[in-house]
Amino acid sequence: MNQESHGSVKSYTIGFILSIILTVIPLVLVLNKMMSPTALVVTIIAMAVLQFLVQLFFFMHIKEGEKPRYNVMALILGVVIVVTIVAGSVWIMSFNSQVQ
Amino acid sequence: MWEKIKDFASTFFVTGDPLIYGADVAIVLTTFAIIFVLTYYKKWGWLWREWLTTVDHKKIGIMYLIASLLMLFRGGVDALLMRLQLALPEMHFLHSEHYNAIFTTHGTIMILFMAMPMMFALFNIVVPLQIGARDVAYPFLNALSFWLFFFGALLFNISFVIGGSPDSGWLAYPPLSELSHSPGVGQNFYIWGIQISGIGSLATGINFLVTILKMRAPGMKLMDMPMFTWSVLATCILIIFAFPILTVTLGLLFVDRFFGGHFFTMDGGGNPMMYVNLIWMWGHPEVYIVILPAFGIFSEIVSTFSRKKIFGYKSMVFAMMIISVLAFFTWVHHFFTMGAGADVNAFFAVTTMAIAIPTGVKVFNWLFTMFRGRIQLKQPMLWTLAFIPCFAVGGATGVMLAVAPADYQYHNSYFLIAHFHQVLIGGVVFGYLAGIYYWWPKMFGFKLDERLGKWGFWLWNIGFYVCFMPQYALGFMGMTRRVYTYGWDLGWAPLNFTSTVGAFLMGAGFVFQIWQIAYSIKHGERDRTGDPWNGRTLEWSIPSPAPHYNFAVIPQVKGPDAWWEMKKEMQQDGTKKKPVQLKPIHMPKNSGIPFIMSVFWFIAGFGFTFSWVWMAVFGLIGVGICLLARSFQYDTDYYIPVKEIERTEKALGRAV
Ligand code: HEM
Ligand SMILES: [Cu+2]
Repeated sequence: MNQESHGSVKSYTIGFILSIILTVIPLVLVLNKMMSPTALVVTIIAMAVLQFLVQLFFFMHIKEGEKPRYNVMALILGVVIVVTIVAGSVWIMSFNSQVQ
Repeated sequence: MWEKIKDFASTFFVTGDPLIYGADVAIVLTTFAIIFVLTYYKKWGWLWREWLTTVDHKKIGIMYLIASLLMLFRGGVDALLMRLQLALPEMHFLHSEHYNAIFTTHGTIMILFMAMPMMFALFNIVVPLQIGARDVAYPFLNALSFWLFFFGALLFNISFVIGGSPDSGWLAYPPLSELSHSPGVGQNFYIWGIQISGIGSLATGINFLVTILKMRAPGMKLMDMPMFTWSVLATCILIIFAFPILTVTLGLLFVDRFFGGHFFTMDGGGNPMMYVNLIWMWGHPEVYIVILPAFGIFSEIVSTFSRKKIFGYKSMVFAMMIISVLAFFTWVHHFFTMGAGADVNAFFAVTTMAIAIPTGVKVFNWLFTMFRGRIQLKQPMLWTLAFIPCFAVGGATGVMLAVAPADYQYHNSYFLIAHFHQVLIGGVVFGYLAGIYYWWPKMFGFKLDERLGKWGFWLWNIGFYVCFMPQYALGFMGMTRRVYTYGWDLGWAPLNFTSTVGAFLMGAGFVFQIWQIAYSIKHGERDRTGDPWNGRTLEWSIPSPAPHYNFAVIPQVKGPDAWWEMKKEMQQDGTKKKPVQLKPIHMPKNSGIPFIMSVFWFIAGFGFTFSWVWMAVFGLIGVGICLLARSFQYDTDYYIPVKEIERTEKALGRAV
């Protein structure tokens, strides 16, 4: 019931708008074919990383929390798994370039 | 007009199969019977107040349990139909499409709608009681999880009378599951049934993680927690990281099918193997999600019925944590034959074999716990003893499969089928059954009959080996999975016939268990002590079934096996506990929103399934309104007055 510790209406609104902008940018880029493939992929990944940070700071309150830093522990494990998923998939699916 | 309706009905309802017509009749009759009974005995209000709107973890657990037993029945009937078709060569019992649909629904139901809810049943019933809490961290969310699961499962299950069942395997590999190869609605039922219940599973994972971390009784350190609670913690970590992958993967498949996307299509830059890669990133952790709680159950049972502390507590915890992390690094062993190259296959072969090490540690710990213990062969212990050799063999064949080059031979043969059934039945099903027998008195206040239970036990056990050992041999003889028939000339007939006999023995075992439940409701031994097995953990310190608020007074914990220590203390001083000061108990109020919101999810899922956008949008708007309504609800809790607690405790035979 402790209202202050859960962020203010202002921070939520900012986070909400930021996350929408970060979603719309790649969508527009892709739908209007506005970039070369490599530049497009790089931009999308950049937007994804920014989106991740927006979520963490504006909605998941990663800075708050008490003694056992469960937030941080969960974040570290989460990052390890995200890296595994992305890098693992790239590695595993790289066979595709050899067979095609 | 009439023509149009007939036209619609003939595609909307599944037609043409006598088996399905039989099922239609049965469904309509049962529905009427239920409505009649509820109306006749004026039970609608009771149903709504006591069950549909409850946020009590014990009742939610019981609802999970009933739903999962129904699903075990449905999945079991699927299995028996398949085994009948395969009993002899060139059978004309099921045609090929029907067989495809049945193995798809069998696999999906057994894992997602039988094993998962049975696991959640035990989470709900046991965890708060074991850690000395009065409910879970988010009781409202807990009810929502259940109803999302329930309506997701319902959506999936109606596919067999409405619209047609999915038939591209329980993991729905593209291109088979793409619009190009599965144009019907069956695959949409699959996607939405799983998505909706998947939200519930994720929420349950979060709920129990927070419950365990935040709601333990004062004094209970992490390293004092009962083993089952530890296993739930490890499982929750897996759920939280694995289920989003499933949601995203199926979401992409939905985009392909609904919006004409190209993530996994054969053309347009899509890559079906990417789906296989993603789905197993969830799929492998998923098998550990369902087995870890079984490990926890066995630990509780072994230590209770050997009258000993669990051997190597710390190594047990450590092993479980390692498993829950390693489980994320082995997924490629499900598609070694994709041919990603020697480096990739070698890496994942090694990680897979590595998981066998912590698992082995646990088996030895159970054996050492039993060593020189005073073992009592009660039903839960019987299932535990049956599990150990069965799981050991299943694990060994798993390691054989993990040898990447050899897997080119085993993959998708009956050897594989035998392997995973050995771990799923011998591990997961035996484990959950053991847990159900063990905690049944706590749930309902009476024990399940021993004599009928032994019949069930032996039928299941003998049936299991008769059914699945021949399948290992069949795999070596070249029988591949998902074949719906085979010729006389192949020499597979005798082993297949044997296997079918085994399947029916297991079916008979299940019938005995249902009989056992029905019989024990009337004649089962009542549990008046609350501690029928001379247990060690806190759930046995309260009456059976537990009162609404669980603990009249929250216990003070000083170490592991808290209740065992308390019992010893009470004996030593020879004194009764000092009278305690009761305080009003803070409890959450019931709410109809989880149920209503899940109905809207069901409507939305049904709309998406048939591409009726108006219906999908209507459902989603309903979901949104429910969310809003909940956010503006402030009157969500109440206090149970001391008088009422005193009355309840007296009625349960407890002095306060
Ligand atoms: C009564 C016991 C059971 C019998 C007789 C049985 C039999 C079968 C058969 C005949 C198949 C299909 C083989 C084929 O592809 O042609 C199958 C597949 C499968 N079963 Fe079972 N089963 C039983 C219980 C279970 C349980 C308890 C689970 C899970 C907890 C399970 C999970 C699966 C899975 C995941 C598949 C793969 C489905 C697919 O290939 O699409 N089964 N089973
Ligand atoms: Cu696996």
